[in-house]
This record gives sequence, C-alpha cells and structure tokens, in this order.
Amino acid sequence: MTEISGYEPGVDDAAPGDERLDGSGVAQGVRGYLIGLALAAALTAASFYFARSGVIWAPAIPAALTALAVAQMGVHLVFFLHITTGADNTNNVLALAFGVLIVALIIGGSVWIMANMNHNMMPTAQLMRMARS
Amino acid sequence: MTILGRLSLSAIPLNEPLPMAAGGAVLIAVVAVLAWIVLSGRLPYLWREWITSVDHKRIGVMYCVLAMLMLLRGFTDAIMMRTQQAVAFRAPGFLPPQHFDQVFSAHGTIMIFFMAMPFLIGLMNIVLPLQLGVRDVAFPTLNSVSLWLTATGALLVNLSLVVGEFARTGWLPFPPLSELRYSPGVGVDYYLWSLEIAGIGSLLTGVNFVTTILKLRAPGMTYFRMSMFCWTSLAASLLIVAAFPVLTATLAMLILDRYLGFHFFTDTGGGNVMMFMNLIWAWGHPEVYILILPPFGIYSEIVSTFSSKPLFGYRSMVMATMAICLISFMVWLHHFFTMGAGGDVNAVFGIASMIIAVPTGVKLFSWLFTMYGGKVRFGTPMLWSLGFMFTFTIGGITGVLMAVPPADFVLHNSVFLVAHFHNVIIGGVLFGAFAGYSYWFPKAIGFKLHEGLGVAAFWCWIVGFYLAFMPLYVLGLEGMTRRLQHYDVPGWHPWLLVAAGGTALILAGILCQIAQLVVSIRRREALRDATGDPWDGRSLEWSTASPPPAFNFAVLPDVHGLEAYWDVKQKARDAAQLGPEPKYRPIEMPRNSPTGFVCAFFATFLGFACIWHIWWLAIAAALGAFATFVVFAWRDRTEYLIPAEEVARIDRANRAARQAALAPAEPA
Amino acid sequence: MSAAYPAAQDPHHLGHGKPEDESRGHGGGGPAPVRVVVGYGFWIFLLSDFVMFSSFFASFAVLANATAAGPSGRQLFSLDSVAWETGCLLASSFACGLASLAAGARSRPWYFVAMAATFAPGAAFLILEGHEFAQLLASGDGPQRSAFLSAFFALVGCHGVHVTLGLMWLLTMMAQVFAKGFRADILRRILCFTLFWHALDIVWVGIFTVVYLTGVAR
Repeated sequence: MTEISGYEPGVDDAAPGDERLDGSGVAQGVRGYLIGLALAAALTAASFYFARSGVIWAPAIPAALTALAVAQMGVHLVFFLHITTGADNTNNVLALAFGVLIVALIIGGSVWIMANMNHNMMPTAQLMRMARS
Repeated sequence: MTILGRLSLSAIPLNEPLPMAAGGAVLIAVVAVLAWIVLSGRLPYLWREWITSVDHKRIGVMYCVLAMLMLLRGFTDAIMMRTQQAVAFRAPGFLPPQHFDQVFSAHGTIMIFFMAMPFLIGLMNIVLPLQLGVRDVAFPTLNSVSLWLTATGALLVNLSLVVGEFARTGWLPFPPLSELRYSPGVGVDYYLWSLEIAGIGSLLTGVNFVTTILKLRAPGMTYFRMSMFCWTSLAASLLIVAAFPVLTATLAMLILDRYLGFHFFTDTGGGNVMMFMNLIWAWGHPEVYILILPPFGIYSEIVSTFSSKPLFGYRSMVMATMAICLISFMVWLHHFFTMGAGGDVNAVFGIASMIIAVPTGVKLFSWLFTMYGGKVRFGTPMLWSLGFMFTFTIGGITGVLMAVPPADFVLHNSVFLVAHFHNVIIGGVLFGAFAGYSYWFPKAIGFKLHEGLGVAAFWCWIVGFYLAFMPLYVLGLEGMTRRLQHYDVPGWHPWLLVAAGGTALILAGILCQIAQLVVSIRRREALRDATGDPWDGRSLEWSTASPPPAFNFAVLPDVHGLEAYWDVKQKARDAAQLGPEPKYRPIEMPRNSPTGFVCAFFATFLGFACIWHIWWLAIAAALGAFATFVVFAWRDRTEYLIPAEEVARIDRANRAARQAALAPAEPA
Repeated sequence: MSAAYPAAQDPHHLGHGKPEDESRGHGGGGPAPVRVVVGYGFWIFLLSDFVMFSSFFASFAVLANATAAGPSGRQLFSLDSVAWETGCLLASSFACGLASLAAGARSRPWYFVAMAATFAPGAAFLILEGHEFAQLLASGDGPQRSAFLSAFFALVGCHGVHVTLGLMWLLTMMAQVFAKGFRADILRRILCFTLFWHALDIVWVGIFTVVYLTGVAR
C-alpha cells in the first residue's frame, strides 16, 4: 500500500500506545512513566494491605479490591498506554469501551446465570446416584 | 506410545462402504485436478497469482470457492439425513446410529464454519475495499493467513471421514458426552482442533475488517457516507472480534479436560457441565448475527440498485444495525431456557430476544419502502432478495415465538427449532450469499452469470426449502425431537417423505447452479461485462473495471456524499462525457507472500498431530509455524511498484469502454 | 477535481462529517497513516485477547468454590510470592515504557538496555510462577485435583503462556533492531510489543486481585 506521509498531530488519530509525538522530549516521557509506576505501586501495596490487614470490614473487601484494581488499570491505561480523552483518541477509547462492555457482559452474565443454575441444580452426588440406579 | 501416537492403519474405516466410497471419489477428483494443473503447466501461475496472493479480491474468490465446495459436502450430509428419516419408520434405515450421529454433527459444523462463514467473509473481502474506495484491506498478508487457516480447518474435518471418525456430539459438543470418558475416540478431537485453528483465522479476519472500515477509507468518506454493506460488515466484524475469543477459550477448556484431565466440565471433581452451555452460547448467539448481518447489507445494496432508488431510511438502518450488534450480545441464554436458570433469568433474556426483533423489522420495512415507488427490476439477485424477505420473516416470527420461555419449554430441541434456524439461516444467510454471489460475480470475475439458470436455481431452492422445512414445524408441534435416527409414530412419516422431496428439489437447484457456472464460463465472451457496471450500480465498486486491476482505483476517489458513484455517473450521463482524466502516479502494492500457505501447512500438521497424540510432530509443527513468522518479519522488500504508465494504460482502457457506453446520450 | 464537477449532489442532504474535516481515517482526509492503522489493528486484537481472558475469568468465578473437598485458595496461595511476581511485572512494564521512549529517540544503546531491563523481571516472573506451579503439582494439588484448581491453572497459566510468548517476541525485537536498526516497520512492531506488554500487566492486575487476594480473603 502506498505509504501515506507520516503522522500529523492535530490531523491524524493517535495510534494507541504511541508516545506523545509533540516534541515534549524524553525527560517529560520518563516523568510520565515514573508517576505511573509510583501510582501503580501504591495501589498494589494498598490492595495487598487491605486484603489481609483487617482494616476493612470483611464482606466489603472484594468491593475495595475491585475498586483498587480498576484504578490501577486506569493508571496503566493513562500513564503507560497514553489513552486520553482527546479527539485524536476517540476511536481508541470507543474500542476500549466496547471491549470493557463485552468483558462485563461475559463475566457478569456468566456469574449471574451460573449462580441461578447452581442454585436450582440437584447436587452432583445425588444426580450420579440417580443415574446409576 | 508408538512413534505415530495412537494412529494406525485401523483408523481407516475399510469396512464402511459410504465413507470409503466418498473418500475414494474425492481422492480421485483431487488427484485428477492436481494432475491437470501440474501437467498443463498451470502450477507456477496458480502459486504466483492465487496461492501466495495477498490481494483481497483473489482471497475473497478463494474463500467463496471453499464455501461452495463445502456446501456440496454439507448438503450430501443433509441428503443422507433426510433419506434416513424418510425410510426409518419402524425400520433401521441405512445409516447405523453411530454414523447418523457423525453425519448430523458434520453437517452443522461444516455448514456454519466452512460454508456460511467463508462465503460471507469471501464476499466481504471482495467488496469492502472497493466500496470504501481503497486499494486493499488493512493487513493483506494477515488476510492470506486467515484464508489458509480456515482451509486447514476444513481439511481436518474432511480428513476425519477417512482417517478416524468425526464427533458424534452434534455441531456443538456438549459435555459430559464430549468429555473423554464418554467420547474416548478421536472424533471430538478432530472437531476441537479444526475449529481452534479455523477460529484463529476468523478472529484475524475480524480484526482486519474492523481496522479497514474504521481507518482506511477514501478521502471524503465519513462514517455516514459509507454504504450499508460497509456498516453491516463493521457490525459483523466487531461481533467476530468480541465473540470468537470466547469460542477459542471454551474449546480450549474442553481440550484441557480431554488431554490433561482438567475438571472444567466433567461430572466429577467439581466440574460444571452447564457452564459449557453458557460459554459456548455466549459465542454461539453472536455467531448467528455474524452470519446474518453481512447478508442484511447485501440485501440493502441489491434492493436499492434493483429498485433504481437510494436506500430508504439510511440513518435508521445504521442505528438498527448497531442496535442489533449490541443486543446480540445480551440474548444468549435463550438457547438454554430449559436448563433451569429460573423464571427471572429466563424472563430477562426472553424479553431481550424479543426486543432484538424490532431493529430487524426496521430493516425489513426500509427495504420495502425502498422498493415502493421505484422502478423494480427482477434480476436473479433481486429474486433472492425477495425470497429472503418473505422466508426470513417467517423464520423470525418463529424465533420470537420461541423467545417466550414457556413456549420454548415445549419446543426446545424439537424439529420446530430445526425448522426455525434453517428458516433464518437458509432464508437469510444462504439466500443472501447467493444474492451477493450473483450480484458481484461479474465484478470479481469479469462476466455475468447465465440468467435463465439462475432463475431456475432460485425457484428450485425456494420451493425445495419450503417443502423440506415447513413439515418440520408441524412435526415439532407434534412432538418430534431433533436428531432421531429412527421413529415409530405413523403420523410423522408422510411429513418426512415430503421433507425428503424438498431436499431432492434443493439438489436440483444446486445442480442448476453448477450448470450455471459451467455454462457461464463457456459463454463468457457473450456474457462479458465490458464497462464494469452491469447492474447500473450506485456504490463505488461499480466505478472500477471488471475484474478490477490489482490496485483497484488508479486514483483514490474523492467522495462528496452518500452514493458517490451514482452522482459521478449521473453527471457523466448528463454531459454524455466522462469526467477529466486523473493525474496518474506510480502505485505501491504489497508483495505476494507464501506466509499464509506455509503457516497453514504447519497448522495442519499441528492439528493432526495433536488429534492423534503424535507429540514430536506437534512440537515440530509449532516450531515451524513460529519460524514462518520470524522469516516473514525478516523481509526487507514488502512492496512492489506499478509505474504510472502501467496504471494509465490499464485505467484508460476502462475509461474508453465506459465512454463508448455513454456515447448515445440518454433521453432526459 | 472539484472545478470540473459542479457542486456534489447529496440525495439525503447528509453532508455529515464536515468535508472540510481533514482528519484521516474517519474524516475527509483519506486513509490513516500506516502506523496508526497497525497500532489500531493491534489494539483491536488486544481487546479480543481481553475477551478471551474474560472467559477464563468467568470460569474461575463460577468454579472458585468447586474444590471437590480439596484445598481452596486460602490454603494454597502464598501472597509473598504473588507480591514479588506483581512487582516484577510492574518493573518490567516500566522498563518497557522506557524502551519505547528510547525507540522514539532512535537510541540503540538505551533501547537494548531498556529491553534487557524489561526481559529480566519478566523472566523472573515466569520463574517464580513456574516454581509456584511446580510446588502445587508436587503436593498433588494440580489441575486434575478439582475444578477450582483447573480454573486456576488455566487462567494463570494462560497469562503465563502469553508472558512466555511476549518474552520470545521481545528477544526477536532486540534481534531485529540489532540487525536492521529503527526502520519504520520495526518501529511499528515495537509499538505493538509495547501495547502487548502493558496489556499483560493490566490482565495481571485482574488476576492478582480476583484470584489471589480475593481468594485468600475469602
């Protein structure tokens, strides 16, 4: 395919994950990654701490861990993958949103459906006894 | 464990006449064709221009050829099943149960994965870049890899006929029957590896098409200036990307159960059999929308062209398409209402299943309103479209009926269900594929198909379809379940005889289609499409020659509105003069590459080796596939240049033909 | 070209997307540049990979309690090991970011250093995980023991397979840059590798939260 002339910031969409090619320099880039690293490390440490320390009321732990995990995924997306809300990232964000929706439907849908099924299902041991008799 | 795993000569079913006869016939045919190719010196041409091609048009044609061959294989299975059920009233019939089970399993697997999907992907391959006004898809070599991996899957399934056996578990291998304990043979393994490999091909196609439609369009073609076929292909490709990974994961879990003793779906060790159904239908429902959305786009193109009118309600059609795309991922439980989830879960999915019928209705009314007030021409593509509208509506209605859980409790897994899904798949998907085939054949190949035989084929197919499947609705309501090898209810027998008659009529239709192809090839000069626009088309693919040159467009078109080509053509007609000649520039096109074919070669051995537990061969094949990628990545020259003079020469020939057709100015 | 044609007819008066919008890919500017096309295509592929992982996550969620009277996560998981594994992957992701900056600056020495710094913690992760799996297998708590363990080994193992393939890809990229320098197509592959590596760390965040931390807290 004819090589289209190079990327033009402000005109072209950004490729997902691409460094900001606005000439901001390596130092700026390293700073971004360091901030991301620090935030991610802090969120990870918090997750590990809250899981075992007893500071959080036990039934709320899964919710707290989920919130921390989502936050850390966000840190990765923003600081490492440079996903922004700018106009040049719209396609990337929409694709991500679509993916997140499908993931939510599959995991959420499966858990809901299977919980209902399991609840209504005869215990396997009893089923096997019936099958053998 | 021998060097050939569990493979031995006893894997060849020498004592079974049907597979041996079929296998023998196919072997003779394949050897004959190969001999003709090699001895007539066509092999270098075939290798250079087709097998290693990364051109979307060539890849699309090869997909369609694969699909049509697999249609013959799948239909043969259908003939066997219908004949068996017609004669097996209080009699054993001619197909023993363990064969009958393989026949219905192979029929479904082949028709969905190796007939319907390749046919539609082939048509999308040929048409999408042309309608988008660009030179090829986003990743041409990946396109070739997808094609050949699909072919690998088809090869493995067909190989099971003569080496080993196929699965007996139906086209979706439900556990615990599909687990090692109850299916210890190679049948389910053939199914699993064939679909894992072909599934990767399909997934890569989905990625390719989404990227092409969203990122590669002609200048001026904004989203709302894309044709309807592009929108439905986008929706289908998004569904492929979203759903096929679920299939890959679920089949992988079954492979882990069978090969390494995992307990995902076993009936011991805590396994959950129902989870397989949940996950596989989370793929399976989007899959049927992947199958029907491209045909919806094909019908939009054909109805608009053959009614000589722009499509009615373009914006609502786009919204309806994307609505169908989204909702299709929210209805999958309707395939297992009877598995016991409970009233509230069933109700939610039942209501969602009814809601998804609404955007489909929007589309149907839009097609009808497109025809209203238009000058309708009844060419073969339009006949298939009209047949679809009527037939698919009936199938859709029976679907909404079964979306009501209490009704489904009576009808689940009866032949009513079989009638419903054949109604929508044949009436919707297959008629759409045939419509697209007749419509775009001149574009892809360069001459039209014989019209008379096309009409004959259509009528045989549609009458045959109704005779074959309407009785199944009655039988389903009378309590006949699916996949019966024999039965003893007298009232069912006459209906099944009618159904067998319908199958014979469909066979006549297929024979008409084969004859049509043969006759059209022989009379190709008389049927030649000189200008590239045989149907008075409205979208960009009709602005190219038939077949288009490798680069599609000498200069990428400048798009100013919806139906870009129609505007350009009307101006040319008014002026009795084509627009000015563009400024020709050299064009770089991607080089052909054997990567796809070689990758599939290794994938075939990998699949075969895993099926037969030939571990050294599996490892060698996997290493070979990896090496292929590395070799491909090490290429230095990825493109070749077409000089401006060559581009000019090719384009001027087409412009001359079009100018000649314009010469007598049409009356206003 | 527009001089030869009178104003374009637009049968539905759509004219949307503002023809003066020159952006490529979805506006009036024509096809997007190759780097954007390749990056976006790989992004879509990664999203499909997320969906595949979600199927394994869904199975794990459904089978988490199906221990068949065997051990559960609480008994089996060592959070220290998991903490080290998480730290390794995070450090590896950070180094990968530095590598992509080095590629952007076209500096071969820094690229090799950063990629080596990406490889080492990644390999350490695999060694730790392999050790964990080996221990479980040795004590009879392998995937054949129960559905919970099957789901665990499949989900975490699938991630491990991806990391292994990623490390092989990493070495291939280093070899390519060594042999051919920062050619445009090699830069595109570096972009894809970066996307892949960061995505694997995102999946790991999900795994250590859902499988290990929630499993232990249960």
